[in-house]
Amino acid sequence: MTLTATAPVPPARPPAAQAPAAPPRRLLARLSPYAYIAPFFALFAAFGLFPLLYTAYVSLYRVELQTPGEMEWRGLDNYTALLRDDFFWTALRNTFTIGVVSTVPQLLMALGLAHLLNYRLRGRTFFRVTMLLPYATSVAAATLVFAQLFGRDFGLVNWALGLAGIGPVDWQSGTVASQIAVSTIVTWRWTGYNALIYLAGMQSIPGELYEAAELDGASRWRQFLHVTLPGLRPTVLFTIVVSTIGATQLFGEPLLFEGSISGGISHQYQTLGLYMYEQGWGYFHLGRAAAIAWVTFVLIVLLVLLNTALARRRSRKGTRR
Amino acid sequence: MSALLTRPRSGRAAGTARPLPRLRPARAGRQHHGGRLAYAILIVAAVISAFPFYWTIVAATRSNAELAASPPALLPGGNLAHNFRQVLEQADIGKALLNSLIVSGSVTVGTVLCSTLAGFAFAKLRFRGRNALLTLTVGTMMIPPQLGVIPLFMLIAELHWVNQLQSVILPGLVSAFGVFFMRQYLAQSLPDELIEAGRVDGASTARIFWSIVVPIARPGMAVLGMLTFMASWNDFFWPIIALTSQEPTVQVALRQLGGGYVHDQSVIMAGTLLGTVPVLVVFGVLGRQIVGGIMQGAVKG
Repeated sequence: MTLTATAPVPPARPPAAQAPAAPPRRLLARLSPYAYIAPFFALFAAFGLFPLLYTAYVSLYRVELQTPGEMEWRGLDNYTALLRDDFFWTALRNTFTIGVVSTVPQLLMALGLAHLLNYRLRGRTFFRVTMLLPYATSVAAATLVFAQLFGRDFGLVNWALGLAGIGPVDWQSGTVASQIAVSTIVTWRWTGYNALIYLAGMQSIPGELYEAAELDGASRWRQFLHVTLPGLRPTVLFTIVVSTIGATQLFGEPLLFEGSISGGISHQYQTLGLYMYEQGWGYFHLGRAAAIAWVTFVLIVLLVLLNTALARRRSRKGTRR
Repeated sequence: MSALLTRPRSGRAAGTARPLPRLRPARAGRQHHGGRLAYAILIVAAVISAFPFYWTIVAATRSNAELAASPPALLPGGNLAHNFRQVLEQADIGKALLNSLIVSGSVTVGTVLCSTLAGFAFAKLRFRGRNALLTLTVGTMMIPPQLGVIPLFMLIAELHWVNQLQSVILPGLVSAFGVFFMRQYLAQSLPDELIEAGRVDGASTARIFWSIVVPIARPGMAVLGMLTFMASWNDFFWPIIALTSQEPTVQVALRQLGGGYVHDQSVIMAGTLLGTVPVLVVFGVLGRQIVGGIMQGAVKG
């Protein structure tokens, strides 16, 4: 077979019979690539692109959950109502604080763990798989377990704090405490995942760079600072962007933490995602919910631009030095 | 399956492609051995990662009263059967497990198929608008689908699909990541000569796809399949909008259980255990491959 001789790949089943030379099928050949992408793009157009774009349109109408077919033009009313709603600002603020509290420690710990996982270790597979376990759990399962661990009266966390002489913390009604609890769930689920992403990035840094650094007498710590970190820059930027987007979408954790769609009695840990759900499926205002979605989208674009701009400025500084 | 990670790459892999992560790095020479402190920190991290699972088991096998005791029970008890019965009374977990299996299975098969087809076209075929369409796909990869749920809901309401499984399956098939992943995989591991040889032998594109592309794409398809299955099984936002407790997936049932009026913690934990075990089994069997897939995806993406 000429097929298998050209490259060391598992032999494909050889085309059994040499298909009889077909009639001129230029046109067919020109069109056939589209047949390959058609299934994806048909679904993508209907269930991916259309909903995203149509969200902007819906946000200008009054649409109620019970009668999704009836739309009444409202212009920018949904947006002005949003800006006047205190709970919108609360949700925006909460999304920001929970986002920072859950993302920053998470990525720093992931970086440290990746560095350790990159050592020559006994049981390396065991450590990697165990640290990825939380990622395999669903938001719902993880949150239900943590909600119990963070219970005010009988939770294990308060019991452990009690052993250390710290009085019981009300993880549900305190603003700071509840946001820390919700952030803990996020951090638990994603730290190991990000550590593996960083580990992959570290392993693609050429070993010669470390050898050269070692010859220059650089300590391990300096090697980490001057070889590992610069080599990881694109990976770090990627994880920051992904985590930032994830933080704006936070929904399952605050919803199931106490099972309340308002994110606690005084909305103390309601995020934008949950606020959107509350407006749409709690109060039946789909148009209002669409406006929230669109505001979130603009927010994401701004955050991503900010991230990349910061990264670019820092790397320019780096080269100038 | 483990062949997936060690299979020799074709020598002709595009020069611009970044190297695949080596799970057993060849340049072990520069790698330092981990010290005691490294092990200690890693063990602590592993315990923290695993503890909530252990606690789920403890709580699911106890009674609510035992959980409220002080000091709390730290070992499994004997109340599991009773708790399971309570779960089945409060939420239809059996149906939920079956529905989740149907949904995740269909989503996985469909996504892998669509992604491989489109990924092949983007990697190896020439056609007008290829770059524009690929840019569109990659550009929307970062936009969270959660932002489109309102029109999506109006759409399936219009189609009278609310509370039917296809309302979760069809939108689940849209995976820009999958297309990009398969494109990268095939661009790297499928030599152009192989396709040319097929052409010379007179094979149609369809025949080339099934007898040349798919066998080579299989390891990549397996990785994409595992990641898709887990993501689909754990999907939360859209299912709780599109489905109700009459036609639940596991996540919908868990939400119902957690949001119930009776806050019997041991019962909730028993339900969580039932809903989590299937993924944990998959993870136990394929954990290494999933780790490899994520690291591979990271370097490619």
